[in-house]
Amino acid sequence: MLAEFFQYLFSGFTVGATYAMAALGFTLIYNASNVINFAQGEFIMLGGMLAVLFTQAGLPLPVAVLLAVAVPTLVGVVMEKTVIGPVKGADTVNIIIITIGASLVIRGLVQVTLGKNTRALPAFSGDAPITLLGAVLPSQSLWVTGGTAVVVLGLWYYFSRTMGGKAMLATAINRTAAQLVGINTGWVLTLSFALSAALGALGGVLVTPITMTSYDAGVMLGLKGFVAAVVGGLGNGMGALVGGLLVGVLEAMGAGYLSSAYKDAVPFVLILLILFFMPRGLFSAKTTERV
Amino acid sequence: MRDPRHVDPRHWGLAALAAVLAVLPFVLPNSFYLDLTIRMAINAIIVLGLNLLIGFAGQISFGHAGFIGIGAYASAVLPTHYGVPPMLALGAGALAAGALAAAVSYPIFKLKGHYLAMATLGLGIILTIAFRNEAALTGGPDGMPVPTLEIFSVALSSDRQWYWVVAAMLVFSVWASLNLIDSPFGRALRALHGSEVASKVVGVDIARYKMAVFVMSAVFASIMGSVSAHYVGFVTPSVSEFFHSIELVTMVVVGGMASVFGSLVGAVLLTALPQLLATFEGWETVAFGGILILFMIVLPRGLVPTLAARLGKGG
Repeated sequence: MLAEFFQYLFSGFTVGATYAMAALGFTLIYNASNVINFAQGEFIMLGGMLAVLFTQAGLPLPVAVLLAVAVPTLVGVVMEKTVIGPVKGADTVNIIIITIGASLVIRGLVQVTLGKNTRALPAFSGDAPITLLGAVLPSQSLWVTGGTAVVVLGLWYYFSRTMGGKAMLATAINRTAAQLVGINTGWVLTLSFALSAALGALGGVLVTPITMTSYDAGVMLGLKGFVAAVVGGLGNGMGALVGGLLVGVLEAMGAGYLSSAYKDAVPFVLILLILFFMPRGLFSAKTTERV
Repeated sequence: MRDPRHVDPRHWGLAALAAVLAVLPFVLPNSFYLDLTIRMAINAIIVLGLNLLIGFAGQISFGHAGFIGIGAYASAVLPTHYGVPPMLALGAGALAAGALAAAVSYPIFKLKGHYLAMATLGLGIILTIAFRNEAALTGGPDGMPVPTLEIFSVALSSDRQWYWVVAAMLVFSVWASLNLIDSPFGRALRALHGSEVASKVVGVDIARYKMAVFVMSAVFASIMGSVSAHYVGFVTPSVSEFFHSIELVTMVVVGGMASVFGSLVGAVLLTALPQLLATFEGWETVAFGGILILFMIVLPRGLVPTLAARLGKGG
């Protein structure tokens, strides 16, 4: 009974960690530019697909992982430079459609070059499961949660201790003021796309041994990352982390105790409830809206 | 005072549309084009409703395909499993879609921008998952056949019959939309798009108008979902998918926000585009995405308003 509960809790944490990384990616870009990047899920998919491709090409795992994060990062930068940068200040709907267009281009290119098959990646440290509080987990779970922890610490250090991070924060708070004190906000925008693509891809690489991947896996992952970001209050880093874990855990609980068929619906029911009762997410400050 | 002989230029547009629709079936080379035209017209009617919501009232919906799904599945499930006459099932679907829209509109329209996008998106996805999982009723992911539609005990079976029914619906919808946006209701919608606070100050009941236009566009979508399901004769959960919602929003934006004829142009272009791209074998997704991006960068205001501005007339 209790073991079952821990089983759902831990597997929820594992998937939730991926959602959290996607949500952090949404948050980074949203803060830098007020843009919701609907291609975020494609970065996750790219990470997983490329890791499979590179390991199958015979590269050692660490090199494959590094490349599988580096290439999507580059894709993120190219995307910002070619299609997001030129339309700065356009309507929300237009920018959303542009990011959806970009996601279609990425998904289509992967489909054409790597095919429609579902791909699997071997676990990083063998297939022997670990037992914890009566729950049995794939060892890869530790890689996912550990990777997320490292990323969160890294981001915390970056934003609170380095000039680059503080420049990004300043831009998020007030773009004009940031420009006035000499921050290159265009560079901040590019960097935010690079960082969020890297985060998404890393999450994709780490979780693929558990969930497998295919050219169209990014859609649901991206949408759930978006749910996680909104649950936590858009633009709030801590909220994104908690939101991701919460969505993952509730999804796992829903699948275990209610209905596995409706697993994918859980995050969306959750988001409707949260938005209906707390229209600004769980963790956003109570601000008065100016008109 | 308006000159009684004065004809609003947009009514010329309506007349031109009716004329084109009257001639089309006689000049179209084969049934493939007739079928494509019918599907364009169905999409155009849905997009007209969605444009009232997005373009005129300024409220985004990323879940509209969900309402199409309600109509389509009402027309498939009710006659098949419960022996309900198809016309009654269509009405029931429209009622259900309207009721759902009304029920969620109050909490949903307290939200703005991305939060509103998220909430409507969630609604659409939940509906899709329900259609996919209730296999006993809906046939699951494989979908189910939809019986023939009978209007006054005349069975609609040939493409020609369908064409005239859908063309008549389209002309009526354009006429209704043109009148609606010039009515006090339409002016209230545009006021609310401009500034919610200002319109509240001059006495516009914002919540009521938002709900009315959301319900109206949901009912439009549900009815056309039913029509489309009967026409195709089959329905799968993909009718209500997120991507279909996105296609509809894209039709609104590409054609032109707050433009009745823009809705038609957007629906025609984006219904035809996948057909044209189908020959590229595997590259169609890439091409479709690329064209979306290009449109948004080059013609951010949409085709019809941009062209109208270039010709020196108001949108």
